[in-house]
Amino acid sequence: MKGEVLGDCGLHMARADNVVTAIADLEAGTEIPSDGATIELVEDVPFGHKVALVPIEAGDTVVKYGEPIGEAVESIAPGEWVHTHNCESARGRGDRVVIEEEAA
Amino acid sequence: MATFQGYQRPDGPAGVRNYVAVVPTSVAASAVAEAVADRATETVRSTPHQMGIDPPKAAREQIERTLAGVGRNPNVGAALVVSLGPETIDADAIADEIAGAGRDVETLSIREAGGTAATVEAGVALARDLWDGIADARREERDASELVFGVECGGSDATSGIAANPAVGAACDRLVRDGGTASFSETPEFIGAEHILADRCVDEEARERLLERVERRESAAQLMGVDLRGAQPTPGNQDGGLTTIEEKSLGAISKGGTTPVRRIVDYAESLPVGGGLVLMDTPGYDIESVVGKVAGGAQIVAFTTGRGSTTGNPLAPVIKVTGNPKTADRLASNMDVDASTIIDGESIDAVGERIYETLLEVASGARTAAEQRRLEEFAINELQPNELAERRGEA
Repeated sequence: MKGEVLGDCGLHMARADNVVTAIADLEAGTEIPSDGATIELVEDVPFGHKVALVPIEAGDTVVKYGEPIGEAVESIAPGEWVHTHNCESARGRGDRVVIEEEAA
Repeated sequence: MATFQGYQRPDGPAGVRNYVAVVPTSVAASAVAEAVADRATETVRSTPHQMGIDPPKAAREQIERTLAGVGRNPNVGAALVVSLGPETIDADAIADEIAGAGRDVETLSIREAGGTAATVEAGVALARDLWDGIADARREERDASELVFGVECGGSDATSGIAANPAVGAACDRLVRDGGTASFSETPEFIGAEHILADRCVDEEARERLLERVERRESAAQLMGVDLRGAQPTPGNQDGGLTTIEEKSLGAISKGGTTPVRRIVDYAESLPVGGGLVLMDTPGYDIESVVGKVAGGAQIVAFTTGRGSTTGNPLAPVIKVTGNPKTADRLASNMDVDASTIIDGESIDAVGERIYETLLEVASGARTAAEQRRLEEFAINELQPNELAERRGEA
């Protein structure tokens, strides 16, 4: 599998990712080892869904596959479920983002 | 070098199946085409579709390109084109294009033949005669570089981007390395990941065309009052764990592998043989998108699905790959490759090798789950009014 499996229950796709993908149906309280620390799930997270590994503030970029996948719309604590209720598309035109970054 | 057992054709690469195609020019001839295929022999397949008698010019051109392409697909040894009679889609012109690829072709008009019953009877006789002309074809060893491999995904979930798509991508990389062509499409699913594809384009022309097509699909959706960011991911995708269109797209593009993007072609436009990785500009609707690639010459298709899809195609074998262990279990009888082993630790490369071996076996005659169940959906992309308006503006 590409990426790193954390504690047999989460898949961290790329080093820069601030979320991890559940590779089993996980219950609240499940512990995921990450970077020498342990993240405890604050809620149940179903297979295939994402969990925050670090504190993510409203407006911060959510990163998976080493790429932006959206923007947090509220602050998300480590161990919280990350999905449509707290993360929104920043739109699709990533090429424009790249161009703006180059211009900046 | 990798090889498969295929049927030599007078023009173009080898086929992986040997069919007589019954091609209706409009919805008015589709029922007759289906009846002919049902009553002729097992090796006669119809491509019934929903397009009308007199579509607008740009739509007509796309339909004609699709039907001629379907008739010239390497899996088709001979074709029968059936019309009602008044269609502006010209049955003779389509037949001429198919004949131009060295295939035997007949045409049949329901009005001239004396109605549906008489046409079915005449059509069955013609289809059997056409079959007699190709029935002696035997499989022979062919180089994998003759294969055009279409790649599709549908019913995506989080496992699509983690397991099934990158594994199919690894198979695409192997085929491209062996000199063949791999093609994926569904432009709306490039949105949010198009910068990555753009960086992989071999030249500025391909890069500009890719970005222009993504913008066109996105603005077309907005003109229809659909914001792709609101409609994608679908509710099913969201249940599967996909949160945003960017996340879905990043997973979707991995099904094409990691080789450079050589070209972007239009819906149903011919895919180059020995062409490396080529993208086709299609809508996101799976069946129309598969048909676009089959019309472009794909002999064989891989279809990845996390949540489960059973779809097939009348002319091209469709290999089903799932990365979701639950789908691999529940829909085992509809799946050909279980890539969910990646979740348990099997390498993407090892599963890619299994998929490539399956591709060569299916190309050599092994029947897929969809073929065994005769799942043969067929639909042509219908241009929407705003797309037609835009294309008139270009003319």
